[in-house]
Amino acid sequence: MSGPIPIQHALLLSAALFALGVLGVFLRRNVITLFMCIELMLNAVNLAFIAFSRAWGTLDGQVLVFFVMTVAAAEAAVGLAIVIAIHRHRDTMDVDAFNLLKW
Amino acid sequence: MIDAILFYVFAALALGSALGVVAQRNPLYSAFSLIVTLCSLSAIYGLLGSPFIAVLQIVVYAGAIMVLFLFVLMLLGARREEAPARQGRALPGVALALVALLALQVASVILGAAPAAGTPGFEATTRKVAEVLFSVRFLYAFEATSILILAALVGAVALAKRQL
Amino acid sequence: MPPQGLMEDPLLYRMAFMAVFMPLAGFSVLALFGDAIKREGKADGAGLLACVTVLISFALSAGSVFRLYGLLADHEGLRFSQPYLGFEWIDVAGFRVPFNLLLDPLSAVMILVVTGVGSLIHIYSLGYMHEDEDRVRYFSYMNLFTFFMLLLVLGGSLPLMFVGWEGVGLCSYLLIGFWFKKKSASDAGNKAFIVNRVGDAGLILGMILAFHALGTLDLVDIASNIGAKPGEALGELGLLTTIALLLFVGACGKSAQIPLHIWLPDAMEGPTPVSALIHAATMVTAGVYLVARLAPLYERSATAMTVVAVVGAATALMAATIALVQTDIKRVLAYSTVSQLGYMFLACGVGAFGVAIFHLFTHAFFKALLFLGSGSVIHALGGEQDLRRMGGLRAKIPWTFGTFLVGTLAIAGIPFLSGFFSKDAILAAAYEGHRPVLFGVGLFTALLTAFYMSRLLFLAFFGSFRGGHEVEHHVHESPWSMLGPLVLLAAGSVGAGYIAIPQLVQPAFRLSVSHQAHPAWLPYLATLGALVGIAAAYYLYVLYTALPARIGASFAWLRRLFEAKWGFDDAFEWFARRVVVDASERVLWKRVDDGGIDAAVNGSGALVASLARSVRLVQTGLVRGYALVILGGAVALFAYLLWMPR
Repeated sequence: MSGPIPIQHALLLSAALFALGVLGVFLRRNVITLFMCIELMLNAVNLAFIAFSRAWGTLDGQVLVFFVMTVAAAEAAVGLAIVIAIHRHRDTMDVDAFNLLKW
Repeated sequence: MIDAILFYVFAALALGSALGVVAQRNPLYSAFSLIVTLCSLSAIYGLLGSPFIAVLQIVVYAGAIMVLFLFVLMLLGARREEAPARQGRALPGVALALVALLALQVASVILGAAPAAGTPGFEATTRKVAEVLFSVRFLYAFEATSILILAALVGAVALAKRQL
Repeated sequence: MPPQGLMEDPLLYRMAFMAVFMPLAGFSVLALFGDAIKREGKADGAGLLACVTVLISFALSAGSVFRLYGLLADHEGLRFSQPYLGFEWIDVAGFRVPFNLLLDPLSAVMILVVTGVGSLIHIYSLGYMHEDEDRVRYFSYMNLFTFFMLLLVLGGSLPLMFVGWEGVGLCSYLLIGFWFKKKSASDAGNKAFIVNRVGDAGLILGMILAFHALGTLDLVDIASNIGAKPGEALGELGLLTTIALLLFVGACGKSAQIPLHIWLPDAMEGPTPVSALIHAATMVTAGVYLVARLAPLYERSATAMTVVAVVGAATALMAATIALVQTDIKRVLAYSTVSQLGYMFLACGVGAFGVAIFHLFTHAFFKALLFLGSGSVIHALGGEQDLRRMGGLRAKIPWTFGTFLVGTLAIAGIPFLSGFFSKDAILAAAYEGHRPVLFGVGLFTALLTAFYMSRLLFLAFFGSFRGGHEVEHHVHESPWSMLGPLVLLAAGSVGAGYIAIPQLVQPAFRLSVSHQAHPAWLPYLATLGALVGIAAAYYLYVLYTALPARIGASFAWLRRLFEAKWGFDDAFEWFARRVVVDASERVLWKRVDDGGIDAAVNGSGALVASLARSVRLVQTGLVRGYALVILGGAVALFAYLLWMPR
C-alpha cells in the first residue's frame, strides 16, 4: 500500500533529473554518453507521468509511460546503429566531429 | 512512513548516480551509473503504486536498452574523453546558465501549484493497466507502436550492416 | 421624341443602308474573287464591278435624298430621319450606341458628293489604272474607302462616325502606299497614318469628355443636350471648349491643318485618282464635316470658334506660300487643298457653317477636276510630274487643257464659276463677323491662290516644251474613260455654285438662321484680286520667264522659308529624332530600364543572395550548438508563458 508520498517532491526529483540530463547533453562529447543523457531525460519524464498518474488516480499516465519506453528503445536502437555506421568511416565518437552538414 | 523514507533514499541514489552519468570521464562508468539510476527509479515507481511499470523499467530499460549501450560501447571501444574542443568553448558556460534557468522555471511551476491529494488505495496493477492499454482509447497507438518497433528494427539492421 | 425627330419609313431606311453597304459588297467580292474576274483588255471586270457598285450607291443616295425631301415637305417641323438597322452595336451599362444613320440635309449633301464624285473618279481609274498589275487591289480599296466614307458622313452617333473615320484613315494608308515596293510611297503611307493617329487621340479624348459632359454620343441628342448648357466666353476653358478643341485636333489631323498638315503633300505618292478622291474631295473634308456637324457645340464656345478660324486662316496662308515654290504638279495641288481646307475652317470659325459646306461642295468638283486633269497630263507625258520639264501642252492635249483651265479659273474665283460664289461667301462671313485680320488674310490668300494656280497652268500648258525628245513624241490625249469624268467635273465646277447649299443645309445646324449680309463691293474686290494674281503669273511665267529666278534670288530668305515648308517637317523630324528617339535611348532605356528596373530586379536578387550568405553562417555543423539554441528557445518560451501575462 502506498503512504503519504508528497507528489511535489517526486516532481522536483523529476525536474532535477531532467536538468541533469540536459546539462549532460551539452557537457559531454562522446556520442554514446550523449545518448545516455537523453535516456536520463526520458526517464525523468516517465517519473513525472507516474507521479501525476498517482496524484489523479487515473491510469493514463501508466499507459503513456509504456509508450515512452517503447519509443525510447526504438530510438536507442536506431541511434546506436547510426553511431556504428559513422564510426566505421570516421573512427571517432566525438559529436563535434560530425560536422559535415554545415555551410 | 516507511514509504516516505524509502522514497528519499532512492531519490538521493538516483540523483547521485545521475550526477555520475554526467560527470564520469569513462563512458563505461557512465553506463553503469545510468543502470543504478534506472534501478532506483524503478524502486520509486513501485513506491508510487505502479508495480507493472516498475518491473517493465527493469526488464526493458535496464535489461535491454542498457545492455545494448554496453554492447556498442564494447564493440566500438570506448575511450576516455578527449581534449576540450576547439570550437564552442563558451558552450558549457551558456548551457549551465540556461539549464539553471530552466530548472528554476520548472521548480516554480511545481511549487506554485497546489498539490493534488493522492487517491488512497491506488494500485496500477498489470490487469488494470492492460484494461486501459487495450481499450479503444489506446488500441490504435498500441498497434502503431508495434509498427514503430518494426521500423526501428529494420532501420537499425540496415544502418549497421557492413554492406547491403 | 420631338416632332422634328425620326420618322419610320422602311423604304428610306433600306435605300440609305443599301447605299452604304453596296461599296462594302463590292470590296468583299473584289477581295475574294477579284483575280478571277479580272481580265486584260478594255473591259476589265474588276474595275467595272467597282464602278457599278459606286454608281448604284450614288443612285440609291440620290433616291434617299429625294425621298427625304419629299417627307420633309410633307411633315411640318420635321428636319431629319434616323434610319435604324434594328440592333444595338454597343449596349453596356448605360452606354448605348444603336446602329443608326442620320439622314438630314447636311449628310444628304455629303453622300451625294461622295458617291457622285466618287463614281466619276472610279470611271476615270478604269483608264488610268488600266495597265497596273495590282488594279484589283486598287479597286477593292477604293470601294472599301467609299463604304467607310459613307459610314462616316451618315453615322448617327460619334462612335459610328469614328468607325468610318478610322476606316478612311486605313484606306488612305493602303492607297497612299499602294505602290508599296517604292520606299517613299510606303513611308508616305506610314506618315499619313501616324499623323492621323495623333489627331485621333484628340478625337477620342473629345468623345470621352463629350459623353461625360452630355451623357450621350448620339448626334441628335448631343444637339438637344447642348441647348441646356451655358455658353462659354472667349478665354474661358470650360468643359464645352475643351471638348470642341479636342475634337478639332482630330479634325486637324484628318483635314491637314497646322500642325498636322505634313502628311498631305507626301500622300501624293499614291495614284492620282486616289489623290483626287481621298485627298481633295472626300476624306480630308471629314474634319470640316465633323466641325459642321457639331456646330451647336462650337457655337457655345467662343474660344474654340476663334481657334478654328485662326488655325484655318493661318493654314490657308501658309500652304499658299509653300505652293508658290513647288515644282511637282501634284504637290502644288496638295498644298492648294490644304489651303482651301483652311478656308473652310475659317468659315466655320466665324459661324458660317453652311458656307463652309458650300465651299466643301464646290471644292470637291474643281479640286477633283484639277487632280484628274494633272493625272491626265502625267499620263500623257508617260509619268513625268515635274513642272520644269513640261510646257506648251495646250495644243497637244486640248481636252485636258480645256478642263484644267475651267478648274483653274474656278479655284481662282473668277465670277460665275462655282469657286467665286463659295469663296466670296466665306470672305463676306469674315467681314460681317467683324474679323478684319481674318478677312485680310483670306483676301490675300485668294490672290496667292489665283497666282500659284495660274503659274501651274502656264508652266504646264504654255510656252515651249522643256522635256526630253522621246517624251515629246509620245504625248497623247487620254482615253474617253478619263476625259469623260473631266468634262463632267468641269460642268460641275461651273454649275455647282448656283445650288444654294448654305440655305439647304442650314436646318441641319439647329442654329438661329444667321443672315448673311453681303457687302456689295466685295465681289468686285475679290475678282480684282484674282485677276491681279493671274496677270502677275502670266507676266512672270509666260512673258518674262527669267524674272522668277531673279526675284527668288533677291528674296532668297523667303524662298528658302517656303521651300522648307516653314520648317514643320524639320521640326517634327527633330522632335522625333532628338526628343523621342534620343530621350528614349538615353533616358528611358539606359537609365530607367537598365539602371532602374533591371537594377531593382537584379539588386533584389543580389540582396537576397548577400543576405543568405550571411545567414547561412548559422549552420555551424555543431550539433550541440543547435541543441543549445533549442534549449534557449524553450527557456524563453517558458519564461514568456510563466512570467509575462500579469
